[in-house]
Amino acid sequence: MRRRHFLTLSAASLGGVLVYSLDRKSFLLGAKDKRLRVPLCFFTEEEALIVAAATSRIFPTDQSGPGAREAGVVIYIDRQLAGPYGSDRYRYTQGPFEDGPPELGYQGKPTPREIYRGGIKNLKGFDRLANAEQDARLQQIESSRFFSFLRQHTIEGMFSDPIHGGNVDMIGWQLIGFPGPRMSNFDEIDKHFGEAFRPKPISLQQVTNAVVGPGEDE
Amino acid sequence: MKTLPPVDVVIVGGGWAGLLMAKELGARTSLSVVVLERGGARKTENYSTDMDELDYAIRMHMMQDLSQETVTFRHSSQQRALPLRQHGAFLPGSGIGGAGEHWNGVSPRMFPDCFELLTSSTEKYGVNRLPQNHALLDWGVKYDELEPYYTLAEKLLGICGKAGNLRGRKSEDGNIFEGWRSSEFPMPPNKIPYFSALVRDAAKSLGYHPYPIPSATPSRAYVNPDGVARSACVYCGYCERFGCMIGAKAQPSNLLLPVIQRHKNVSIRTGASVRRVVPEAENKKGKARGVKYVDAKGQEFFQPADLVFLASWTFNNARLLLLSGMGQPYDPKTGEGTLGRNLTHQVAIPAATLFMEKPMNLFMGAGAAGIRVGDFDGDVFDHSNLPFFRGGALEALITGHRPIGNFGIVPQSVKATWGSEWKQAALHYYDRAAAIHFYGEHLAYKSNYVDLDPVYKDSLGDPLLRLTLNWQDNERRMAEFATAKAVEIGRAMGAKDITPFPGLRDYDATRYQSTHVQGGAIMGASPDRSVVNSYLQHRLATNLFVLGASAFPQNSSANPTLTLLALVLRTADALIDRYLKHPGPLA
Repeated sequence: MRRRHFLTLSAASLGGVLVYSLDRKSFLLGAKDKRLRVPLCFFTEEEALIVAAATSRIFPTDQSGPGAREAGVVIYIDRQLAGPYGSDRYRYTQGPFEDGPPELGYQGKPTPREIYRGGIKNLKGFDRLANAEQDARLQQIESSRFFSFLRQHTIEGMFSDPIHGGNVDMIGWQLIGFPGPRMSNFDEIDKHFGEAFRPKPISLQQVTNAVVGPGEDE
Repeated sequence: MKTLPPVDVVIVGGGWAGLLMAKELGARTSLSVVVLERGGARKTENYSTDMDELDYAIRMHMMQDLSQETVTFRHSSQQRALPLRQHGAFLPGSGIGGAGEHWNGVSPRMFPDCFELLTSSTEKYGVNRLPQNHALLDWGVKYDELEPYYTLAEKLLGICGKAGNLRGRKSEDGNIFEGWRSSEFPMPPNKIPYFSALVRDAAKSLGYHPYPIPSATPSRAYVNPDGVARSACVYCGYCERFGCMIGAKAQPSNLLLPVIQRHKNVSIRTGASVRRVVPEAENKKGKARGVKYVDAKGQEFFQPADLVFLASWTFNNARLLLLSGMGQPYDPKTGEGTLGRNLTHQVAIPAATLFMEKPMNLFMGAGAAGIRVGDFDGDVFDHSNLPFFRGGALEALITGHRPIGNFGIVPQSVKATWGSEWKQAALHYYDRAAAIHFYGEHLAYKSNYVDLDPVYKDSLGDPLLRLTLNWQDNERRMAEFATAKAVEIGRAMGAKDITPFPGLRDYDATRYQSTHVQGGAIMGASPDRSVVNSYLQHRLATNLFVLGASAFPQNSSANPTLTLLALVLRTADALIDRYLKHPGPLA
């Protein structure tokens, strides 16, 4: 039995107001000063801190707005790795495994879980480095599959529906002006030419008024 | 293995082709019909909560489960093929409706000369100017014969558009280069999003002829000849890779399924994975006796039937015939054998990615709401000084930009791919970048084909289908030409920056192109070059029909669905009017 791990976060670092679907229930926390303990599904706390630090260098919090830290990207990745994606449930994984030209795509055997475990091992102490040192470490692994996962999953965690654990409070969607799954643009599609039309974001659960089970809980 | 009570008709695959045939037979005959679909059941209500980019567009919830079966791939027959372990260049569907559920609905007709490509190209250019190694063929059916069925298919789906050639009367509001049509589109064109309108205006200013894309996303409420009603498309931006959450987009599940369910003589079994067509005689030259399948629990069945239809998408149609030993596999060395030849995949490229000054509200869109530019398509332009044959359509279509798939598209001058500099550029360009795509014809070549892989197996232990496929100079030069034209239009639009397509090299199975993979069980006029005749009837086993784009001898710039529906409707007529009275070869 896996020892239960938690990621302890200060709510202020997550943007203050949180909409979270912990254990499949939605929480709304107006918790500016509180500390929050998020149960982890795959990572250990040490691993989660490293991934949180790395993803926040990929999508930093800076003068252009909030980043991976506020969006809870590490929570998103934790849940994806715990779910069917993490174990390659839908990938063709029969052997023999052989190298091929890049146009044939990834031919390796390791699953996303294994690639993360291996990659994190090489980043021991990463979360305690200064920003510049962290960037230098990431530059060294830029061409690895682990890094391309980190980058892709950071974008996913920033901009997927909040049911998946990231994009907390739709902070990623607010950042880019994406309104979420809007039911109708019939009256607007041929208007607003040349000007930004930015309806307030809404999540899938808000739109459908239904409890939607995310794929990672399958 | 359990032998089931015989039925008149068994149809393998519950997508567009299979369910359309089931609907026609259900409505017009009293034959007992069983549809075997290996995926799950589906209905419109399932889609009311599917507008989740991650699960549907990134994790591909509607696509074939590759852990069970994929294809292997190599660029030439000298190489060893490896499995495509994750989705990439094309997206085969699964479940009722198949890929017809998650399509975009782009529904043009093919040019009349596409159906006689070998004859028309040879007459016009002579044998010596055709690309070396080509395997061009005529289809065995002419456009004029198919025209009434195109019209029927357009009415069935409620295709939106504007005629450019109404019985020879040209209109620049439509595609003036299209083949003649006997009637106006059933529905007016969709609304045109901002980016598409910019491309349209720039193309016009250059003297080109843009036209609204024929689309299966209804511009207003529509009731088809079967009495099936659909509401207007609301441009939510969740067509491709999604089922329509309001049932507006034409899909087998909302157009065909409700009609089939009115007819007691048709039943559908889901979770039924067909493994073999069973021939009558041991020498495998006789008729089909039925099919063998495995249900979701792993139990094996033999379903006897008088008529067998394979309608299980391009790959699986060819694979089932190969696994069943029905027909002679194609040998690229000798050119003998017909089964597996003429594998093609539409030449689909983002010809030019444009970075505009103003935001474009790209989240709004629909699978087929936009424009195409027809001046470089087919053989409508002068090729005398060009180093390639045929052409394709430039397309400005906003299917709805969703953020995971579209964040991070920045001009080439931005070198960073992560960190603050990248983030700032990506935020700025997020709603300012969109591409003019190109959809070009892919000629057939002797070296592009499918057969069975000698190494890799599916989850049941059967060999995977092996694709041997690569681009030739004709496609590379065509792509280069199209890229230059797209850049020209982008400049006329005042784009701040343009990233041209870098060029086609070896076929890239990791880049999504389209799901318009065709061939393998092709139709044709000549028995020694085709697997099925022009009625999609098997050359050897005359009670076996192979429906779908597996029958297309070469790939057009027109997306395949409308053409394959027209061919299925033509087959249904011939079957009901002629075959059922006098079984035997229809052509």
